Amino acid sequence: MEKETCTFSYCQRPEIIEVETDLLLIGGGMACCGSAFEAARWATPKGIKVTMVDKAATDRSGAVAMGLSAINTYLGENKCADYVKYVRADLMGIVREDLIYDLGRHVDDSVHLFEEWGLPIWKKADDGFSLDGFQARDAGKAMLKDGGTPVRSGKWQIMINGESYKVVVAEAAKAALEVNRKATGVAQNHYERVFIVKLYKDANDPKRVAAAAGFSVRENKIYLFKAKAMINAAGGAVNVFRPRSVAEGQGRAWYPVWNSGSGYALGMQVGAEMTLMENRFVPARFKDGYGPVGAWFLFFKAKATNALGEDYCTGENFEETKKLYSPYAEKMGTAIRNHMMMMDMKKGKGPIWMNTHLAMAELATKMDAKRIKHLEAEAWEDFLDMAIGQAGLWACKNVEPNKEPSEIMPTEPYLLGSHAGCAGFWCSGPGDVPGTPAEWSWGYNRMSTVKGLFMAGDVVGASGHKFSSGSHAEGRIAAKAALALILDEPNYKPAVSKTVDEIAGELYLPFEVYEKYKTLSTDPFTNPNYIRPKMLQARLQKIADEYFGGISTWYMTSKTMLDEGLKLLEMLKEDANKMAAANLHELMRCWENYHRILSVEAHARHILFREESRYPGYYYRGDFLAINDKDWKCFVNSKYDADNNTWELKKVPYVELFA
Amino acid sequence: MPSFVITEKCDGCKAQDKTACQYICPNDLMALNRDIMKAYNQEPEQCWECYNCVKICPQQAIEVRAYQDFAPLGGNVIPMRGTDSIMWTVKFRNGSLKRFKFPIRTTPEGSVDPYAGKPEPDFSKIKASGFFNNPARTE
Repeated sequence: MEKETCTFSYCQRPEIIEVETDLLLIGGGMACCGSAFEAARWATPKGIKVTMVDKAATDRSGAVAMGLSAINTYLGENKCADYVKYVRADLMGIVREDLIYDLGRHVDDSVHLFEEWGLPIWKKADDGFSLDGFQARDAGKAMLKDGGTPVRSGKWQIMINGESYKVVVAEAAKAALEVNRKATGVAQNHYERVFIVKLYKDANDPKRVAAAAGFSVRENKIYLFKAKAMINAAGGAVNVFRPRSVAEGQGRAWYPVWNSGSGYALGMQVGAEMTLMENRFVPARFKDGYGPVGAWFLFFKAKATNALGEDYCTGENFEETKKLYSPYAEKMGTAIRNHMMMMDMKKGKGPIWMNTHLAMAELATKMDAKRIKHLEAEAWEDFLDMAIGQAGLWACKNVEPNKEPSEIMPTEPYLLGSHAGCAGFWCSGPGDVPGTPAEWSWGYNRMSTVKGLFMAGDVVGASGHKFSSGSHAEGRIAAKAALALILDEPNYKPAVSKTVDEIAGELYLPFEVYEKYKTLSTDPFTNPNYIRPKMLQARLQKIADEYFGGISTWYMTSKTMLDEGLKLLEMLKEDANKMAAANLHELMRCWENYHRILSVEAHARHILFREESRYPGYYYRGDFLAINDKDWKCFVNSKYDADNNTWELKKVPYVELFA
Repeated sequence: MPSFVITEKCDGCKAQDKTACQYICPNDLMALNRDIMKAYNQEPEQCWECYNCVKICPQQAIEVRAYQDFAPLGGNVIPMRGTDSIMWTVKFRNGSLKRFKFPIRTTPEGSVDPYAGKPEPDFSKIKASGFFNNPARTE
């Protein structure tokens, strides 16, 4: 088929705005807010310009937009080495321990800042019960940085009143950017509703990133940001696999529905090396509403059972699991528990119940009426802070958690690197963790294999379990390192070989395609010359689901299935050149889908390369059903060459740093 | 559980260049119908039900109706977000009600002064561990 191009023969030419900055922050979530706070402090006295570009409004952008009921990474009284071991065990033994250790030794400072800025954090009362953020303040409880005792739901987790978590963190980031803006004398350094969709290499140094292009989703404007360094914190990928919901409930993805794989695609466009892209996360969550289970398991001590009241992680299931997945089965990580849950589901022993009513009854035996009421409020707040729809679903189904259990179920797969997943880019480490191979620290901390391109949050590979606080801290780590690069090379001037007109044409191609062909049919939705983004996304999800191990095959795939799926994906990739957009909102959807395609392709190619089932419960290679430590206890790294549409994959040795 | 806009209550945020819900929606879903000057959710099947449009609406004109592909009719959840706390009213399908109030922040809105009382960065440590304000932990 003929390739479409955009010469603005049909669609309107946008206004093109070129911005020269020093450090560009791509994203606006927890990681980029951390970057803004740390970067502005180092940059401002040196006259270095920091600019943040967010697809949405920073007050409510990213994965924490709704709020959270807990901070899942706060080390406090624990040791960094134990944090590394916990993350390694949950991620099936292969992680970058230098990155995780580095995260662990920095993360608490971000949590202390959140509390200082106004985030209410629960504290332990003198009688051992919990106080919410106001009760703790009124009781004169110390702040965490001064030795205050948080309410631990698990070893690493603390409870918060987090409805406004993101608003508070964004306020500090925006104020920090404003300090930098005033000092450097620029008119604007915080762009909202500008969607960065492409990165460009330096014209004089093909191993360096030089520019980022994006468009306003509000007006006909294209932006080209040239920068000496960038932090990519644009998030992981949701809705790349067919979701369980069949209609409007598709919006209720577990992972935020606006994280469309941009973080992965941006790095891939300039050839940044990736690692563990075969990893995915399939959370077991309350069915349909996808409400969080962490507080129920850890804080309320609820037990999940099959419909017969049996613990599905014991007995025959456990024995069978050990045969294939020992010694990982014994560690009982998130993937392994999923695996055993599904064993029972396949035997028809579902629904799987979270026994909220039994947990509440048990807790109530130690409480008076007032405390029981507080306990009930705590249970509802868990949802109202971070998955309001789950509270709505309980209301619609007349479910009262203290009276009856609720069903849990594994969701569709997601690609991410900050929660219980570790798909992302291969990043340079801190370099000072004893035992680290020299080749793991080739440059500045958290820099990818592309010079000047730093990563933070969901897109840093092999380093999961950062969560919100760790993403913020990692944004700070990356920002500081990026500033070091900028200071080391004061004479570097970014240059792009493409003209701004060529770049504008690439970004606006879906408009050109639509305007060129739209009058052929009476209904512009159905037209043989183009594909609307909604349909392209549906096809992508169907391919991923059926061939790459989604819900419809119980997460099962194999070489033959992957090969066929990749063939279909290649045609979809060609068809993406014919995506059509009728308006700016749809143009955003088109670009989100370009990003989804690349993300899921990397995922499938990594699964194909790794000939074992490293993450049972998340996905299975039917042709290699076991874990094979002898041949595969290693990273799988890849590089995508966007110019030639080719891939290179290789094994990279895993090294244990903390025995 | 897509958000919807109550016709009678929405005033299109009057003379503003964009409505509050358009400003805040993380997924760019809220749009303004300029013929009637009222907002609407242009892509309800992409709504995460984050409630940010509901919470920000100055007219309390936005509510959320549960996803009909899995939720029975009749329940709803209504927030009232103040400056330091939030009130929730949960109405069940069977008509029963629950009300909760939770803290949302301990400082006044807009009061964050990011570097007040914080040290200047020490550029001799820019390549070491630690942030500008504190060293990294050592164990």
